Amino acid sequence: MMGSKQIRSIVAALAGLAAFAACGGALALDWYFQPGASEMAREIDVLHQYVMWLIIVIFVGVFGFMFYACYAHRKSKGHAAEQFHENTTVEILWTVIPAVILVAIAWPVTKTVIAQKDTSAPDITLKVTGYQWKWGYDYINGEGEGISFVSMLKTPRDQIENRVAKNPNYLLEVDNEVVVPVGKKVRLIVTGADVIHAWWIPALGAKQDAIPGFLRDIWFRVDKDKAGVYRGQCVELCGKEHGFMPIVVRAVSPEDYTKWVGEQKKKIAAAEADSTKEWTEAELVARGEKVFSGVCAACHQGNGQGIPNTFPPLVGSKVVNGPKIAQIDTVLHGRKGVYRPNTQMPPQDSLSDVDIAAAITFTRHSWGNKPKENVVQPTEVKTQRGKK
Amino acid sequence: MSAVVDKHGHDHGHGHGHDHGHDHHGGYSGVMRWITTTNHKDIGTLYLWFAGTMFFVGGMMALLIRLELFHPGLQYLNPDFYNQLVTSHGLIMIFGAIMPAFVGFANWQIPMMIGAPDMAFARLNNWSFWLLPFAATLLLGAYFVPGGAPGSGWTLYAPLTVQQGIGMDFTIFAVHILGMSSILGSINIITTILNLRAPGMTLMRMPLFCWTWLITAYLLVAAMPVLAGAVTMTLTDRHFGTTFFNAAGGGDPVLYQHIFWFFGHPEVYIIALPAFGVISQVIPAFSRKPLFGYASMVYATSAIAILSFIVWAHHMYTVGMPVTGQLFFMYATTLIAVPTGVKVFNWVATMWKGSLTFETPMLFALGFLFLFTLGGFTGLVLSLVPIDIQLHDTYYVVAHFHYVMVAGAMFSAFAGIYFWLPKWTGKMYNETLGKWHFWGTLIFFNMIFFVQHFLGMAGMPRRIPDYPLQFQTWNEVSSIGAFGFALAQLIFVYNLFTTLRRGEAAPQKPWEGADSLDWTHLPTPAPYHTFETPPVIK
Repeated sequence: MMGSKQIRSIVAALAGLAAFAACGGALALDWYFQPGASEMAREIDVLHQYVMWLIIVIFVGVFGFMFYACYAHRKSKGHAAEQFHENTTVEILWTVIPAVILVAIAWPVTKTVIAQKDTSAPDITLKVTGYQWKWGYDYINGEGEGISFVSMLKTPRDQIENRVAKNPNYLLEVDNEVVVPVGKKVRLIVTGADVIHAWWIPALGAKQDAIPGFLRDIWFRVDKDKAGVYRGQCVELCGKEHGFMPIVVRAVSPEDYTKWVGEQKKKIAAAEADSTKEWTEAELVARGEKVFSGVCAACHQGNGQGIPNTFPPLVGSKVVNGPKIAQIDTVLHGRKGVYRPNTQMPPQDSLSDVDIAAAITFTRHSWGNKPKENVVQPTEVKTQRGKK
Repeated sequence: MSAVVDKHGHDHGHGHGHDHGHDHHGGYSGVMRWITTTNHKDIGTLYLWFAGTMFFVGGMMALLIRLELFHPGLQYLNPDFYNQLVTSHGLIMIFGAIMPAFVGFANWQIPMMIGAPDMAFARLNNWSFWLLPFAATLLLGAYFVPGGAPGSGWTLYAPLTVQQGIGMDFTIFAVHILGMSSILGSINIITTILNLRAPGMTLMRMPLFCWTWLITAYLLVAAMPVLAGAVTMTLTDRHFGTTFFNAAGGGDPVLYQHIFWFFGHPEVYIIALPAFGVISQVIPAFSRKPLFGYASMVYATSAIAILSFIVWAHHMYTVGMPVTGQLFFMYATTLIAVPTGVKVFNWVATMWKGSLTFETPMLFALGFLFLFTLGGFTGLVLSLVPIDIQLHDTYYVVAHFHYVMVAGAMFSAFAGIYFWLPKWTGKMYNETLGKWHFWGTLIFFNMIFFVQHFLGMAGMPRRIPDYPLQFQTWNEVSSIGAFGFALAQLIFVYNLFTTLRRGEAAPQKPWEGADSLDWTHLPTPAPYHTFETPPVIK
């Protein structure tokens, strides 16, 4: 089989021929699979090259005939039409030969399909939940069991709306990265909370639809020598913010992984303490501002004005200025669309008690909102969470 | 075949004993002529104008999409509206532009090609067309209701559709009406072909265009009710408390996808087969040589149609189906390459040792052959489970199906329009402008879509309004291509209107190699009524 370099140069040459010799310099750009960081991703690459070579040979062969006919058998050159048609031998040949080629393709591919499906004996099992519009991760088995967090887009709205320059990892950066050890088999159990999403890391060759109400699993194993950060995006249209829920996997050495697990466990303990302690008003507002701009501003906007007829404003809102219990309830459990069902507020129960309390407190201190009950403590959220 | 030209259509009261209205247009004039018409040619014309209009509406949506994608960041559209455009562009191009265009061809050509006076059910034919404007009104009207049009993609996957506003209900009813129109039209085509052929016009002597439409009509009758079922289940899930697609009530979101693609894959061939039919008329005509393997073309078309019903789940490799399911659908899908290959080989063999000329219809047919085959090959790549899992829902798929839909169906539709326009109107289009249109379309088409293969492989998901920075250059190339493509279509519009207004009179048979009844037995332009007495084919 030919090397990837040769394929690259041939496809590059075809691309140049096809449309835009003018952009020759641009061919150095990303135009092929990202370098594989798992055996599966590389295997997919090899299969793809194998099939592409077959295709190129057939394509050149068939269209060699066509272009030769266009050149040699044209009326302007005085070629008279022969009137032959039908030839059983030829027709049988051009039915049987493609069928044989298909078998030659199907054989190696079948082996990969079976390997791809083999999720048995994982070292670490991770549950992945797609939400509108973020990812939830729960380490449910193996080292790190019990770690659980939500992962959201970190790119600021200012960059998306072109007010400031964009980061190199624009739209591919999250607040909480998934951390996995290299060389270990990681099994993902993927599901969706609301609509269908899809989890994908191109460099790992792992993609799975996140289907609400069902658990589906896939696996990957990052190469031992390929510690690093791998980025991907949601690949199933899931509503308004579909383009803004990236996936980032950080693959680290097993030692670093153990260290990371230790830090996470400490954080869990601290968060436990956080959610029971009494917070000051200022602390809550400061933390709430961060939560608001990361989660809520996507719809309600940074100025709390919402979008007319689509997302309700929080400025002067009855819910924000009324009894706090109603607002806690709305944030936890979501709400049917005020204007239209497709902009219904999704439940935010994947956020921690502290974050919810802080965000609510923040909205009750901002944009001229002056409700009587203006501080919500995490314990109140906790109580409310248990109800419904 | 006899070369006697039937001029009866123009000789009223010529003693055939007919006692029809002796009026070309059933007694009405102006708008009422078109509303009440039962003439297959009028209805064909209506279908084609409708398709052309929708092609430009859908095209404008595509331009807005490409405008937003020119640079990373949100420029002009909010993500919600972007999703609405993506959805409507797909629905309008498939159900509003491509399908009606080919039904328009069928209406004009099938009766003339088989020696029939009209379609079998003339009034039903009128109704089949006049359902379409209602459906289009619903599809586009969705933009003006609270919440706007659905933003779920043209595949309308549940449960995202359950979240949508009232625009979704508009779309569901539009799909119902479109389905009715297609089914009625198909019944008409099947009946016409099976019952109204002239004496001597056996099935295996029909022009291949009629064969591909006969098979397509069966596909439509089988597939459209399935789509109607899928969207109706969505409707009841939305409003009447059912839970077909909701696991909490015992349903399954993936069930929707199974039902949808059971319609959706035959739909691909519903669009492709009539396109194959047009190409199978054009290539022999400009090669001045009969189709190489007529019988094998008929069998290949049938084989494709049958296989199209057992491959649907290759659109769903990433839902997590069992390995046996993946393997079955992969093998079945790759099998389609065999009959499709037979077709491509046949077209090339037809050209081989012919006497070729390259007028605009032939150019579009060759563009079709070359680019559709490319789309077929990327289809083979996508049929393979592991590679598809890497490419599913990326721009590679977007590129693939635009090679099939645009370079396939649309190129073929242009080939048909340039090929038959002289027969329909008696006017000859401007050949130079036609060639400009072709080359502009070909070059800019590839500029838009060839680079999208790269985007998909590099990891750009489809249906996103904004994208990471490494995808910028190809998106710029693609967007510039889109605007060039639109300009090329304006050449077509100009050419079409000047031809209709003041085009040169077309010769009786502008294409030397054309040999179907419409060219050999009828004057150019074709009179309003043709074959009132059937020709006898020897």
